[in-house]
Amino acid sequence: MSERVPILRIRQVLLVSIQTDLDDQAVLLLQDDLAQAVVDSGAHGVVIDITAVEIVDSFVGRMLATIASLSRLLDAGTVLVGMRPAVAITLVELGLSLGGVRTALTLDKGLRMLEDDHAERGHEGIAPDVAAGA
Amino acid sequence: MADKHVSERLIGLLSVRGEDLGAEWAERVTGSLGGRVARAEVERELREIYTALVAALADGSLDGHGEAFGEVRALLTELSRNRALQGFTPTETAVSVFALKQVLEPSLAGEDGDVEAYLEFAGLLDTLGLFTIEVYARTREELISAQAEQLLELSTPVVKLWDNVIGVPLVGTLDSARTMVVMEKMLQALIDTGSEQAIIDITGVPTVDTEVAQHLLKTVVAARLMGAECTISGIRPGIAQTIVALGIDFGDIVTKATLADALRHALRRTGNTVSRTAPQAGAR
Amino acid sequence: MSGASRTSEVLEITTTAGVVQARQQVRALAQQCRLSLVDQTKLITAASELARNTLVHGGGGTMTALLLEERGRRGVRLAFADRGPGIADVDLALTDGWTSGTGMGLGLSGSKRLVDDFVLDTTPGAGTTVTITKWGR
Repeated sequence: MSERVPILRIRQVLLVSIQTDLDDQAVLLLQDDLAQAVVDSGAHGVVIDITAVEIVDSFVGRMLATIASLSRLLDAGTVLVGMRPAVAITLVELGLSLGGVRTALTLDKGLRMLEDDHAERGHEGIAPDVAAGA
Repeated sequence: MADKHVSERLIGLLSVRGEDLGAEWAERVTGSLGGRVARAEVERELREIYTALVAALADGSLDGHGEAFGEVRALLTELSRNRALQGFTPTETAVSVFALKQVLEPSLAGEDGDVEAYLEFAGLLDTLGLFTIEVYARTREELISAQAEQLLELSTPVVKLWDNVIGVPLVGTLDSARTMVVMEKMLQALIDTGSEQAIIDITGVPTVDTEVAQHLLKTVVAARLMGAECTISGIRPGIAQTIVALGIDFGDIVTKATLADALRHALRRTGNTVSRTAPQAGAR
Repeated sequence: MSGASRTSEVLEITTTAGVVQARQQVRALAQQCRLSLVDQTKLITAASELARNTLVHGGGGTMTALLLEERGRRGVRLAFADRGPGIADVDLALTDGWTSGTGMGLGLSGSKRLVDDFVLDTTPGAGTTVTITKWGR
């Protein structure tokens, strides 16, 4: 019985906040759900908040890297926010680089980062989502 | 069996001469401590040990490491810890035990003395005396490591250089433990201050070895994983040579010659610009 | 007095929930012997990697946890044992990036870097035991 992590949508950004110690099945489930949600919503960015996460091992690390690659293919950026210092030090020691995953200190900075590069790519900034009702 | 006899004889002796012995013992110990511990205090300590010693002997044991002497060892531990913390020498600590040997000598080793009992008892006191030295050494070790830790805390400040820019000025020789403390403190400071830029300045560091260089690299990578950027400044020519000679790859890590250069870089990255204007009137 | 160890606890790892349980048990032990936050995180991460190896490559097994006390310092010792196929080439298995399955190849080599002591004992066909130790500072 693995729990499902809720995926929230704020305008054009999908927000996932991991609050509990997830088992491997829940991690894979989240990966699938998120890929589906990016496709369904047409979101241009994904923010994964790991402020509450006490450890990131290679399995979770792989999931994060996979989500980043998947969403890039689907034209959405991914930002990982709120990594704790102890987690960062452990990841470096473990040898995980999370290649390609962008990071920000806080949720606020992460959202701004997505907004900035969305604007850079020639789209308008985060506007009220008119098309989403379809 | 023999133990039983010897300990009974010893109890007899210790009990009969109890008062005298106690006084002489306290006399010797107080004398050797040069009056730095009050006589009354010494007497209290020794009386407790004496009582516990007699009780242990009554159990029929002469093994200082044995269960029967648990109470004696507990009292000696307290005494040794106090002596160590107050700055007495190991000799001044162990004398509390060894003095009893001298006090007992006349009555046990004399003409009609009980040589067997004396030797057994001397052996027991040797064990207990060495025990006090062990506790003494352990206490000093704890003291030293506690001080080393305090020093570590003191020597690694994290300072705010600008809005969203923090700096870690390192001075002195870096070892692995200190570098690790710096690493953790700096990363925590990034979170606490919400800074996206950090500068590690090693102008005051004479040399680095492979391990320290690796730790610095890991710090920079860890900061990046958290969403911050970390610059290393003040690399002396000697250290630069070491790094190249050791074959350590600093990769795409930003390094600057001086703290000023690093700060300018950090400010630019946070969207600030630095410009020079004419000095204001009145300013020096 | 030296090398004195307390009671050991044995945990069965037969499902992914077992891996989560292993992490939680190790966290409790790490806090009990007052490891620093970073050392706690390293130990729990290593335990997570090894517990998953036990489950995925060993077909399930056990984690035996032990609190250690020696010369005034405290530590945690964990032994992950399975009766799986074992590892034929130990040196290769300890190389970064080498993987027999679907992982990133950092499970063994990475967790070795996270702890103070790492012992790999394996017999092809008979199983694998990995014992790790982390000491408080």
